[in-house]
Order: sequence, then C-alpha cells, then structure tokens
Amino acid sequence: MSGDHRPYTLIAELTYKCPLRCVYCSNPLDYARHDRELDTATWMRVFEEAEELGVVQLNLTGGEPLIRSDLEPLIAKARALDLYTNLITSGIPLTQERLARFRELGLDNVQLSIQDVKPADSDRIAGLRSFDRKMQVARWVKSLGFPLTINTVLHRDNLDHVPDVIAMAEELSADRLELANTQYLGWALANRKALLPSREQLDRAREVALAARERLRGKMEVLFVVPDYYREFPPACMDGWGRRFLLVSPDGLALPCHVAHSIPGLTFEKVGTRPLAEIWASPRGLGHFRGTEWMPEPCRSCERREVDFGGCRCQAYFLTGDASATDPVCTKSPQHGLVEAARAEQGAVEPYVYRGPNLAAARAV
Amino acid sequence: MISTETRPRLAAKARLRWDRRGERYMLLWPEKGMVLSPTAAEIVKLCTGEHTVTGIVERLAERYTTAPREALERQVMDFLTAMADRGLMQGEV
Repeated sequence: MSGDHRPYTLIAELTYKCPLRCVYCSNPLDYARHDRELDTATWMRVFEEAEELGVVQLNLTGGEPLIRSDLEPLIAKARALDLYTNLITSGIPLTQERLARFRELGLDNVQLSIQDVKPADSDRIAGLRSFDRKMQVARWVKSLGFPLTINTVLHRDNLDHVPDVIAMAEELSADRLELANTQYLGWALANRKALLPSREQLDRAREVALAARERLRGKMEVLFVVPDYYREFPPACMDGWGRRFLLVSPDGLALPCHVAHSIPGLTFEKVGTRPLAEIWASPRGLGHFRGTEWMPEPCRSCERREVDFGGCRCQAYFLTGDASATDPVCTKSPQHGLVEAARAEQGAVEPYVYRGPNLAAARAV
Repeated sequence: MISTETRPRLAAKARLRWDRRGERYMLLWPEKGMVLSPTAAEIVKLCTGEHTVTGIVERLAERYTTAPREALERQVMDFLTAMADRGLMQGEV
C-alpha cells in the first residue's frame, strides 16, 4: 500500500436516523432504504482495525449518533484505542447526565449544529423545534469542561446573519466555529434553487468571517468554507478519494465520503467481510478514483491534478451523469456551463424539500 | 502574549498522541492534526500549566546540553507563540 494513502480519520456514521430534517442533510436521498445498522461489536472491530491502519481521529456522526444507545461503550472503546474522538451532533435527544457520562468516558470534543441565530429561522431549516434545546446543550458542553465546536451550515437564508452567528458562538464560549457553506449534494442538491446564495452575499459573509478570525485569534478558531459553486477550481474533496479519510456508513459500507454509494456502477465492500486493510487497499471501491490514473482530460494534463485530485466525483456524477468527468465546478471543465446555469438561477423562490424517508413524499410536504 | 513567566497549558481541545505507524508524536484537535518534532513534543509534554517558560527551557537544557541556552529559549518562545496563535496553547502568568 502506498504511504500516500493512509486513513487518518474514520468517519463513523452510526445511524441514518435523525429527529431533524435539515434541508441540506449530507445523507443520501435513499438513506431509508439501507440495510440494518452495524451492531456494537462490529463497530468496535472497525475502530480497532482502523486504528491499526493509521487512523488517529474518529468522528462519531450520522444521522444523529445520540440515537444509538451504545454510544457509551463506543466512546470508551475509542478512548481505549487513544483515538481523538469528536461527537458530531444536533444535540437532540440528550440529557446533561448522559453528556457528563461521555465526558467521564473520555470523549474529546463536541460539535454542535446550530442552523441559524433566531429560534424560528433555525427551526425552519431543521424541520424541528430545536433551537432552545441546542442553546441548553451548548451550555452543558462548556460547563462540563468539553471543548465546543459550533457548526453552522450557510446558505442564502442565513449568510447575511454571519455576524450574529459569530456573536452567538462567542457568547457560548465556543472553541471553534465552523461556518461551512452548503455543498450541493444529497438533500442540498434537491434544494439548490432555494439554498444557493449570490456571490455578493457570500463575499460579504467571508469578509466578516475573516475579520472575526483575526480578532479572535488564539481564542476561537473561525473557519469559513467557500461553496464549490463559487470557486475557480474545485478543492480536493475529502483530501482526495480514498487518501486520508475512511467513512463507514450505518450499514457497514467502507466509503471515501458521505455519498459515494449513490454513484451507480461502483462496488463498495462491507466491513467485516475481510480485513479492513485489504478493503482499504482494494483497487475497486475505495481505490476506484484514487490517485490520477483514472483522470480524463483536462484533468490528466492539468498542473493541479495532485492539488485537487479532480475535485468531487459525486458532484461530477450528479451534475453530468458521469462520475469520471472533470468536476464541472472547475472553470476548465467542458461542462462548467452546468454550474454557471445553476448560479444564474439563484434567487428563485422555491419551497424547501425536507429530508425524509421518501423523496417523493418529502416533495409533497 | 507569552513571556518567560507564562505557565503554558495545552488547550482543552488539543491532545498529544504517539503515532505508532509514523513513529512520531502528533498533536490532534478537531478535524486537524500536526506532526511534531521530538523537541516540539517534549515542549508540549511540559505544557501542563505548572512550569513557566523559563522552567521548560531549563528542563530542555538538561536534555539538549549542546544547544546554546538563548537559542533554546528563542525556539521555545517561537513555538509557544505559534501554538497560542492557533488557539492550541493557553497561558497564565
């Protein structure tokens, strides 16, 4: 196995179940069709094998990981393996007692999603009355001595609130603030017309975020992630396919990212069928778009081919129908017009499609 | 601002971990990691909030006897300042 392909981070999607119905959820549209969730013992094996492969960071996520009643033994196992363990959560459903138990078991960080700064706006994006509870959870996190990351996903309806989001994070004494613009895959792609911001909105918010980063240097880490649709070149999605990240879906598929199993024609293996090291090294699935061999032109001869690794394969598939096409976000892509057309449509008034077990039913809401 | 009297303490979000595959220390915090040189790892281990910067330099000087004391102090201060800028070090004077 090449030394250049070592997983440092395991993203464990413990469940697709979630009480929230966020309109930009990163779970696949057909999440409800997936098989049974892995059991506790299997997840523990996955953690062990991942650590042996080189993983040092573990993100416990979902869906909503708090839905799993075995989160306690899983955190204990992660800590026994000395993995830096981050709980990525909506904060619902949670009690202070359970959170205190996570602290005792050695959980390292809590990342809490907050959808917007006003209760009604936040709840509208989440599709659930949840804002007040999230504020409560944020205070518990800090009072128990955890470091706190606040994650706010940005889009047209909240980009203008970025100054208030920063003020809220400061008031909650967050250690990190992730201002992550929506990436248009999964549910966010279904809601693209309603969510895509204007360039002016984005530029204003970025300026505010960069000023806050300077002002808060050393106190609060402020991250601002630009949406692919407003970049000249795509970023290296997941630092490159099957290169630094390994994601395991609730039903046990070993994946390079959150949505790769939505690409038809690719075969991903289930953990437990053979050693994880073999699955990681396989030329299929996790190896399919690894490196630069698979690239078409203009990627193949592009000087950025080992900077962005061709951008996002899922984006290429969902926009062009061909997962091996150049990411159309790239201005060098012959199909870049698809992204320009989407940008031209921004500002249209569209109702949200909420995440739900069935897209057709969700559209009817 | 870090001075020689500061007692640096590693930020709550950061944790030192031995990387057995790379046979080196890594500093980990949410979504990020940093490979540390052996000296940097020694410094981080002493950032418990007990020792002053001067105290840390003294301990390192016992181990790295050939390094001039001023150079060692400058190295420690530069490292800790860079760490504090990234929110990885808290310090009480």
